Amino acid sequence: MNTKAADSDAVIQCDGLHFAYNGDPVLTDVTFSIAPRDFVSVVGPNGGGKTTLLRLILGLLNPQRGTIHVLGKSPEQVRPLVGYVPQHFIFDMHFPIRVIDVVLMGRLRGVSRLGRYSKDDQQAALAALGEVEMDSFARRHIAELSGGQRQRVLIARALASDPKLMLLDEPTAHVDTVTQTELMNILTGLNQRMTVLMVTHDAAFVSPYVKSVLCVNRKASIHPTDQLTGEMIMDIYGDDVRYVRHDHPRWDAHQGESSHE
Amino acid sequence: MSEFFGAVGQFAFLQYALATGIMASIACGVIGSYVVTRRISYVAGAISHFVLGGMGLARYLNVVHGWSFLNPLQGAVISALAAAVIIGMVSMRAKEREDTVIGALWAVGMAVGIIFIARTPGYNQDLMSYLFGNILMVSPADIYLIAALDGLVLIVGLAFYNQLLAVCFDEEFARLRGINVELFYLLLLCLTALTVVILVNVVGIILVIALITLPAAVAGHFTNTLWKMMIVAAGLSALFTVVGLAVSYSPNLPAGAMIIVVAGITYLAVTLSAGYIHRRRSAAR
Repeated sequence: MNTKAADSDAVIQCDGLHFAYNGDPVLTDVTFSIAPRDFVSVVGPNGGGKTTLLRLILGLLNPQRGTIHVLGKSPEQVRPLVGYVPQHFIFDMHFPIRVIDVVLMGRLRGVSRLGRYSKDDQQAALAALGEVEMDSFARRHIAELSGGQRQRVLIARALASDPKLMLLDEPTAHVDTVTQTELMNILTGLNQRMTVLMVTHDAAFVSPYVKSVLCVNRKASIHPTDQLTGEMIMDIYGDDVRYVRHDHPRWDAHQGESSHE
Repeated sequence: MSEFFGAVGQFAFLQYALATGIMASIACGVIGSYVVTRRISYVAGAISHFVLGGMGLARYLNVVHGWSFLNPLQGAVISALAAAVIIGMVSMRAKEREDTVIGALWAVGMAVGIIFIARTPGYNQDLMSYLFGNILMVSPADIYLIAALDGLVLIVGLAFYNQLLAVCFDEEFARLRGINVELFYLLLLCLTALTVVILVNVVGIILVIALITLPAAVAGHFTNTLWKMMIVAAGLSALFTVVGLAVSYSPNLPAGAMIIVVAGITYLAVTLSAGYIHRRRSAAR
């Protein structure tokens, strides 16, 4: 059909996706597409299927029905071109590993390389750390970092493989608001050259850097942020959510002096 | 102690014991660090106890049925690998609880071993040396097999260092980077199994779990990367083995037990002083 051809350059294309855990449907008939260089915030109530959708896009789960294409291929085929950032607090802080060792993991490509990482790998890892302004922490142990710094390291690990699509699972959860702003600035910078899709808890979707909002609650629908209305939000979350208009000129303006126009 | 170091020059069995201890320590440092960071020391425990079944069966077949090509050490290698594969398969695909299977292998392996040993004519001196080790009884033939296992474990364990590190630290990310996580977990379990067999010669089935975890746990207090942890753990393991051997020699105490006591005292001292230093630092803030 015509729509297929028109969407062939979509970064993520889902058609009639259906997924159930042990017979309990989590996602039903999910159809959407995401264009190159979009900055998408995935929102929806807990248990609405945000994480499941992320895992489907990563190819860690397979849909029972429907198709999913990432950069025109199956999720598993395209993994080398996808960067993934999990939540930072899931890691064992006693694990003997430095920042640079974590980032170098992003340079792994199966078992094609044995033994030590090459000079190229080392340089790419340091460059990725530089991009998130963490290069001076390369030789520190991960337990010496704050939550926000750890999240940056995980972004650097994803960047080390030079991805075309960046997927993040609640990158701003469990960090303070100043750090949230810094992380959003980093992601906005990355959005200049790659598509960014992040699962967020509710507060972050007022960010003006986000271009589209993907609402996931059993079904999914995508909206450009400038067309988002109160009714849509109530539609997603139910009637018990109050919609408050945020007319701040910049996302970070209400953080006080940290605004930099 | 000095008597021991004087005797090493004279007696071949002490030289074999030292060689076995040093070789075992290298594998112990490398694989023990993976085991501790991946938190699978209970799996190592199950594999080591399951090994008694293999040793008992091999000795039974050897003595009673005249299978002269099979010795208990080979039985240990086969049963250890079998236990590793069973645990790996269960954790990957079975709906069964992993800890239940580990407990079952642990006990059933020992039960099978005891039954075969009871059915084998001879002294139950052998049972004690399987359970608590007898590093002074290592034969030259054993040394060759131990050396081969040691070489294999080290080559594979270090060649796949980056992949194993990724699997131990963040399995999901490793999978996304194209690593066959299941295969590498299985490989790690098999390397653990072979290391267990090497260590059984030093400290015996029951004490293996301490020697595989304590040096790495002590090393973890002083190191910030996995490879440094491996080097320090190997050094500590060698130190514990030599000191344990030397201390036990003159009073004729069991060497395996003494090695573990030395390791245990060191671990306790380091952990308590690390906790004390940590509290002092927090209080000073």
